[in-house]
Amino acid sequence: MKPNQKSKSLLVALAIALLLLPFVTDALLGRGWVRIADFAMLYIMLALGLNIVVGYAGLLDLGYIAFFAVGAYCYALTGSPHLAIAFPALFPGGVHLSFWVVLPLSALVAGGFGVLLGAPTLRLRGDYLAIVTLGFGEIIRIFLNNLNAPLNLTNGPQGISRIDPISTAGVSLNATQEIFGIALPSVHLYFYLFLAFTALVIFISQRLEKSRIGRAWMAIREDEIAASAMGINTRNLKLLAFAMGAMFGGVSGTLFAGFQGFVSPESFSLMESIMVLCMVVLGGMGNIAGVILGGVLLALLPEILRHSVVPMQQALFGKTLVDPESLRMLLFGGALIVMMLYRPAGLWPSRVRRRELDTDEAAETV
Amino acid sequence: MNNPAALPLLQLSSIGKQFGGLSALSDVSLHIRRGEIYGLIGPNGAGKTTLFNVITGLYQASAGEFRFNGQRYQVCKPHVLAQAGIARTFQNIRLFANLTALENVMIGRHLRTRAGVFGALLRNRTTRNEEHAITERARELLHYVGISKPAQTLAKHLSYGEQRRLEIARALATEPLLLALDEPAAGMNATETENLKALLQTIRGSGITVLLIEHDVKLIMGLCDRIAVLDYGKKIAEGIPNEVRQNPAVIAAYLGGSDD
Repeated sequence: MKPNQKSKSLLVALAIALLLLPFVTDALLGRGWVRIADFAMLYIMLALGLNIVVGYAGLLDLGYIAFFAVGAYCYALTGSPHLAIAFPALFPGGVHLSFWVVLPLSALVAGGFGVLLGAPTLRLRGDYLAIVTLGFGEIIRIFLNNLNAPLNLTNGPQGISRIDPISTAGVSLNATQEIFGIALPSVHLYFYLFLAFTALVIFISQRLEKSRIGRAWMAIREDEIAASAMGINTRNLKLLAFAMGAMFGGVSGTLFAGFQGFVSPESFSLMESIMVLCMVVLGGMGNIAGVILGGVLLALLPEILRHSVVPMQQALFGKTLVDPESLRMLLFGGALIVMMLYRPAGLWPSRVRRRELDTDEAAETV
Repeated sequence: MNNPAALPLLQLSSIGKQFGGLSALSDVSLHIRRGEIYGLIGPNGAGKTTLFNVITGLYQASAGEFRFNGQRYQVCKPHVLAQAGIARTFQNIRLFANLTALENVMIGRHLRTRAGVFGALLRNRTTRNEEHAITERARELLHYVGISKPAQTLAKHLSYGEQRRLEIARALATEPLLLALDEPAAGMNATETENLKALLQTIRGSGITVLLIEHDVKLIMGLCDRIAVLDYGKKIAEGIPNEVRQNPAVIAAYLGGSDD
């Protein structure tokens, strides 16, 4: 009973810390960092979604950002004046669906795309699967880039702007709101919204991991032939993994579009897919806490660099010699190599807890 | 329609299997009766594992008819045959190495349980009861095959003999009618082989039919009710162990006797 109570009080402490985080960050580092924390949570959701595909089912997906894009464009199209401008006859006043209506729809659409893009890859494994999914990811991005003619569906490379901000029960998250006499700026409001969604995504991941479905995914990851000989329908379960992962990506993308107010294809490049994959791999494939850690680190790293490299160089040399963006790739590559050498299972690999349990059990029997 | 219980459990008629131009199996017919231990032997490359893979759905037969439990199967995936009641082990152990012994057996229960995504998310009473039953059954099976290490040990940390037994436990978890074992005694020492023999007899005693491929002729002769001998993809003999042992074709195949 005791460790249970301990973990419960730890959870409460963590929740309080997270609730206070935007205020502390705002006071210490400035409002820009609250916005960065908001983005970090979008990345965490993406990483947890990809973790289902890569970490649980063992399907190396290099085009995952496509589902983020699908979610983002779902809300961009239905929550902006774009369709009214492009097709005035069809949508005279624009669509302007509520965010809360679009959210489940875009999760479903993204899930559908997950199945659609997953289905042709079912016979592929490892490197081959990676190459095909990479291609699919790029296809989606190129479609978004070019679907401005003959029919202007996506507005091409200019992207879609003036997306409605997310609002709940008539309260817009894009303005400072006062609750119990505390002024909550927009970024704080989004922080709490994203926190709630991240918590939901963590909850779903956890429940799935410790279930019959999760075990079947891991069986496929470990040995597909043995899994199928044990009666697991590998086709259906792989498609389910693609769909679940894509749904998380779609939700994250919808939130992104509402938060940002603007989407364009360049947000969904291959580099972003690789970033999300790195979050999963660096953090610890298959382990939720590890994936979250990876997401936080990799979302913060470029921002820390951006804020420290230029002032540091200015102070040292009087001018900027190295662009923080190129330094980011250098450090990133270095970190990957170091990780591969010293911690190939990730910063926080999934079996640590189990091994602890093992020793506990062994200690009990002695 | 005959009473299915009276029919043989597995009936192969003129099974052939070709890989490109190579004929790995040709015109193999055999039947396995309910409740027996059936042995399949033959020199290296005789087609034993190929036949085995055809029976378990990993390969599709190029010719012939396949009947299991009164039902005819044509093009069939392994998971469909597992559902029908054929469970197998592998010649080169194929456990889920990074999962625990318990999880390995729990995965074997996948087939006979139902919880889906919603069950997993809601974790309602039905799902919890099912999970509980899965865990209990998996623990029982670990005990049944004689794995004494903690259930949370990773499969890859078990000893070789235990890994072989874990594969059997995982296969039993699918509630098979036919348990097909591909060289279960390979690499085992004499004691381990004796334990395996006892285990297989217990399994048969519980009403499960056993199909055994084995190199260890002593084990096969002592354990099996009937034996088929394959050579160059053809069945050259079938019968009770003593008959087969004295069959000149079998002696020739094994000792490379004079071909006329």
